[in-house]
Amino acid sequence: MSELVIKNLFVSVEGVEILKGIDLTIKSGEVHAIMGPNGTGKSTLSYALMGHPSYEVTGGEVYLDEKNVLEMDADARSHLGLFLAFQYPVAVPGVSVANFLRTALNAHRKAQNPEDKGISIPDFRKLLRERMQLLEMDPSFAGRYLNDGFSGGEKKRVEILQMATLDPKFAILDETDSGLDIDALQIVADGVNAIQGSERGILIITHYQRILNYIKPHYVHVMLDGRIVESSGPELALRLEEEGYEWIRNKHDA
Amino acid sequence: MAGKQPSKQFGFTREMLPVGEAVPALVDAHRRKAWEAYQNLPYPTTREEAWRRTSLRSLEVDTLRLAGDGQSAGAPSSTPEQYLTPLTEGRAGGRAFLSGQKVAVDLAPSLAEKGIVFTDLLTAAEKHPALLKKIYGQILDPEEGKFAALTGAFAPNGIFVYVPRGVDVDQTLHSMFLSPGGGLAHFSQLFIYLEEGASLTYIHETSSTVGRNGISVQNDFLPSDLPNRPNVGRNGISTEQNLSGENFEIYVGQGANLKFIELQTLGRNVWSFGHKKAQVGRDAKLDWVVGAVGAHLSKHFLSLDLLDQGAEGLVSGMFFANGKQHLSYNTRQNHLAPNTYSNLLFKGALSETGRSVWRGMVYVAPGARHTDGYQTNRNLILSEGARATSIPGLEILNDEVRCSHGATVGKVDPEQMFYLQARGIPHAEAERLIVQGFFDEVLDNIPLASVRERLTNAVLRKLT
Repeated sequence: MSELVIKNLFVSVEGVEILKGIDLTIKSGEVHAIMGPNGTGKSTLSYALMGHPSYEVTGGEVYLDEKNVLEMDADARSHLGLFLAFQYPVAVPGVSVANFLRTALNAHRKAQNPEDKGISIPDFRKLLRERMQLLEMDPSFAGRYLNDGFSGGEKKRVEILQMATLDPKFAILDETDSGLDIDALQIVADGVNAIQGSERGILIITHYQRILNYIKPHYVHVMLDGRIVESSGPELALRLEEEGYEWIRNKHDA
Repeated sequence: MAGKQPSKQFGFTREMLPVGEAVPALVDAHRRKAWEAYQNLPYPTTREEAWRRTSLRSLEVDTLRLAGDGQSAGAPSSTPEQYLTPLTEGRAGGRAFLSGQKVAVDLAPSLAEKGIVFTDLLTAAEKHPALLKKIYGQILDPEEGKFAALTGAFAPNGIFVYVPRGVDVDQTLHSMFLSPGGGLAHFSQLFIYLEEGASLTYIHETSSTVGRNGISVQNDFLPSDLPNRPNVGRNGISTEQNLSGENFEIYVGQGANLKFIELQTLGRNVWSFGHKKAQVGRDAKLDWVVGAVGAHLSKHFLSLDLLDQGAEGLVSGMFFANGKQHLSYNTRQNHLAPNTYSNLLFKGALSETGRSVWRGMVYVAPGARHTDGYQTNRNLILSEGARATSIPGLEILNDEVRCSHGATVGKVDPEQMFYLQARGIPHAEAERLIVQGFFDEVLDNIPLASVRERLTNAVLRKLT
């Protein structure tokens, strides 16, 4: 049982305060969704949690199993079990999906055990093949350059493939549904569900309720202007779908 | 004498010129001609446009002696076999090794039976003068540069390759020029001639090993745990500087196809100069791949002439300068006929205080209509002190052409870096992955895994 605890988190980007005191606790096996209109700081939260150098934490704390995440570089956060599925995955020309994933996997193994010699090539191929089948990906994907010339749907699928391979304790899915058609969304959601169990906590960041039809959240939070202003069960997402964000805005502006 | 200003003249004299009755007439005549050119040409300085960013001031020209003139210092400490075997994956059709006056060439009997000639220059001048005449001095004029002239005059030997009409050489040919020792000038030449419809893959490497008196000089590809000791004094006065001069002449006949891969893995004591020219005939294709990781300073002139309709020339290069290395390329793509195509891509990485200079030129002659000429140079700066200069050029003398040039100098994208780190890959390893990926586009053009691996290993060694 693991716990990701965010306490009163303040984050600035280029001197502008975006997050203004976020409190959130996620436990293994829980699925949380953060919803909200564009520009309220949802993606800032995901980048700040992962340790992007442009996002300056000006206050608050983040702990994963009582380890202070904010003191760590992004790679150490990853080793600890934090994963971010990027809204805009970055292309790395010349580096194949397979090479990249094997390097990442071996870095994780080495972080756990400095003596580790890395996964054997046959074992890695087997693992990759299994995970790719789960996401209905063509095996030729492994040889393609990472995100280079990928369609929106392909990029998102590769994000989930990485998650399935690295097996994190907590995964943040940042707008993973954006740019996906229904079929692609179904496959991505099936992939997430297939590897979801009591071992992992998930934070879904989304603008639309749609993805929550496929990956059922236990808790739904609404973010406005850098704060979580409303937290409830899955029924909150449905109300937002029907009524939009206006009623919440009115409620909190009032 | 210690503290003496470097001289602007080499110590080579007319008496040292290897000419006379013992030398084949063809070679004798060429050397004399090159010697004339050498005397007439000034020592290059940064006042010359082509040399503006490459200074030879600290090259101690007057102390250099000719390699292979009986000085045992120039003898390689290992056998040709040791150098060539890893390069060829043990299945080459032919292999040549040249170092000073030492030369060793072998060719599979099955290839010799097809009329392929693969031998050294002096032997070719004796046995195949008519074939050698087709190319020797025909493409590269010694007047083109001080080092072209010097190499033409003093190169004790060279390697000559001839592929007869219509012969598809189904095994690769390899050569290595080795410039061992210190305080020595090594000059070597390579001539490749493909007749109409012939086809060949050729891999060449220029390298060096252990310095004079057993002092090791860092070599980026031969593994060595000995420390880097550049400029170690000889008798406490001079340095261990070596000079390597290379002239390449390449001809790809009508409808012929040449894949030419050249590696430069010289030690850090070597100043490397090259004049390399290729001519491509009607409907012929040259795919030229360059990989350079070594030398203290290197200045190479690469030139491609597209002689006739349908000629195609591809040039892709990768280089990596670190430490105090200075790597400079001047490239020319000359479209001399209509409907010709050329595409050049040079990619460079620079770290520490590494320096690179690339000057490109696409020339389209009057009347060379419907030509496509492209040139791109991309540089990746890995340290604050590293610098790359990139100067593309176009000279187009008619309207109906498609030409473009692109040049970039940039650092590793921080978003790429964050993405890889977010997956648990530590900073240094992420950088290695990105740099390897950057070069992959060029390495991908090399058909031999062993050659790709050698270059990749050299790159990785520079990043540690």
